[in-house]
Amino acid sequence: MSREQRAATPETRIELPPEESTVDATALTALPSGRALLKPHRIALMAVGAGIVFCAAWFMRWDWLPNYAGAIVWGVGVTLAMLASTSILGFFLAVPLGLAQVTGPWWLCVPARGFCTVIRGTPLLLQLWLLYFGLGSLFPQFPEIRQSFLWPYLREAWPYGVAALTFSFAAYEGEVMRGAFAGVPRGELEAARAYGMSRWKLFWRIWLPRAVHRALPTLNGEMVLQLKATPLVATITVIDVYAVVSKVRQVTFLTYEPLLLLALIYLILTALLVAGFRYFEKRLPTWSA
Amino acid sequence: MTERAEAIAVRDLHKRFGALEVLKGISLTAREGEVIAIIGGSGSGKSTFLRCINMLEVPSSGSVAIHGEEIALRADGHGGLAPSDRRQVQRLRARLGMVFQSFNLWQHMTIIQNVIEAPVHVLGVPKAEAVARGEALLRRVGLFDKRDVYPAFLSGGQQQRAAIARALAIQPHAMLFDEPTSALDPELVGEVLGVIGDLAKEQRTMILVTHEMKFARNVASHIVFLAHGVIEEQGPPEQIFGDPKSELLRKFISSSH
Repeated sequence: MSREQRAATPETRIELPPEESTVDATALTALPSGRALLKPHRIALMAVGAGIVFCAAWFMRWDWLPNYAGAIVWGVGVTLAMLASTSILGFFLAVPLGLAQVTGPWWLCVPARGFCTVIRGTPLLLQLWLLYFGLGSLFPQFPEIRQSFLWPYLREAWPYGVAALTFSFAAYEGEVMRGAFAGVPRGELEAARAYGMSRWKLFWRIWLPRAVHRALPTLNGEMVLQLKATPLVATITVIDVYAVVSKVRQVTFLTYEPLLLLALIYLILTALLVAGFRYFEKRLPTWSA
Repeated sequence: MTERAEAIAVRDLHKRFGALEVLKGISLTAREGEVIAIIGGSGSGKSTFLRCINMLEVPSSGSVAIHGEEIALRADGHGGLAPSDRRQVQRLRARLGMVFQSFNLWQHMTIIQNVIEAPVHVLGVPKAEAVARGEALLRRVGLFDKRDVYPAFLSGGQQQRAAIARALAIQPHAMLFDEPTSALDPELVGEVLGVIGDLAKEQRTMILVTHEMKFARNVASHIVFLAHGVIEEQGPPEQIFGDPKSELLRKFISSSH
C-alpha cells in the first residue's frame, strides 16, 4: 500500500474535546474559609479559648515579662537558629544517607543503614551528652586540637548541640529520603535515561526534586519534631528560649506563667512552620505522587 | 529509487534474562521514513526488543547501529554486555524520541517543562527557543491550554499526547513507541492513535510496538510479527494481514480480531 493510499484510508482520527476540566487542586488542602469559621461549634470553642486566655492574663502574674522580654526574644532567636541550621545541615546529610541505602554499593549502604539505626535507636539526650561530656572532655587532652583553629569553637557548647541535633535530623530524615528515593516511579527515571540524561543530570533534574516533593509533607512533621527537640541543648548550657524561661522561673519563683508563655511560643513557632510548608506544598502537586 | 539511509539497524540481537532467552537473534533495519509496527503475543519480546534499541536493556549479544553509528559494547565481566562509552549512548538516545506505555511524564514538572526538559538540559537548546517550539508542539497535539498543568491532572490520553510532544521536542531522528495505547481506557485510545497516525504520514522513522492491529495495518509500511523471541514473519501490511504464511501468525491474527 503506498503512502497516498494509506493517507486516503479512513483514519482512526478523533476530534479532540476542546476543553476538559482539571481537578480543582486547591480543594484538597484548603484551610477553612472565613464563613466556615462561623459555625456554632467553632464559635463555642473559640469562646472557651478566649475565656482561658482572659483568665490567664487577668488572674496570673505577668509583671516580670518586660524585664525579660529582651532575653526571651534572644532565646527564641537561638532556638530558631538551632532549628534552621540543624535542619538544613541534617537534610544535606540525609540526601546521601537515603541515596546510599537505595542505590549505593554495600560499603556505603551498610554504614548508612547502621548510622540511621543507631541514631534512631538511642535517645537524643544521650547522644547530646555523649558528644558534649564525652568528646567535649576528650578533645582538650590533645594539644593538636587545642592549637587548631577549631578550638575556640570546640570550647563552646553550641557546636555539640548543633552536631547532635544535626545527626538526629539526618538519621530520621535519611530514612524518609530513602523511602522517597525508592518511591519515585522507575518509569520516570527510565524516561530520563531514554532522553539521554547522564546519571548526574538524572539525579539533579529528576530523581532528587521528585523525591523531595514526595518527602515534603513528612519533612514538615520532622521539622516540627526537631523544633521540640531543641530544648535539650539547654542541658549543655546553650541558652535557648527554654533555658531563658527556666532562668526566669528560678529568679521569680513563678511556677506556671513562664511555662505557659513557653508553650505559647512553641505553639506559634510550630504554626508558622506548618503554614510555611503548607504554602510550599500547595504550589507543588505533592498529593499526586 | 535510491535506497534510503538506514536509521536503525539491528543485527542478530539476543537478550537473556538469566536462563530465559527472550530474544533469540533478531535482525531488523528501519530505513528513514519507514514506519515499522512490531506485533506479537504478550511475552514474545516486543518491548524488550524496542528497549534494546536505545540500550534501556543492554543486549546479551548482537549489535545496534543508529544512523550507521554502531553502539560500542564490551563484555561486562558477567557473561553479558555493557555499553563501553556512556557518552555515546547518551548522545544517540538524545535523538531517539521514546513514548512509553505508562507515559512516564515527570510528575514534578508542568507539561511545558516536561516538553522542554530534554531540549534545554540535554541538547542545550536556548530556553526561549525550546519554549516556543514546545508550545507549537503542544498546540499540535491539542494540549496548548494545558501547558502549565501538572501531568497528574490530565487524563491518560492527554498525558500520552503530552509524552508524544515531549518526544517530538528533541527533533528525533527516529521515534520508538512502546505500546503507547495499552494503558489507556478504550475511549481514549483514538485520540492518541490519531496523533501517531498523523506523524506516520509525515515520513518520520518510527518503530511501533502495538496491540492495535487495525491501526498497525493502516499506518505501518512494514509489519514484523514476533513470536517466541524470533521474527516469525515480516512484510508489508497487506501481505501480513491478507496472506499470512505462518501458522502462528494466522492464529494470532484470528485471535486478535
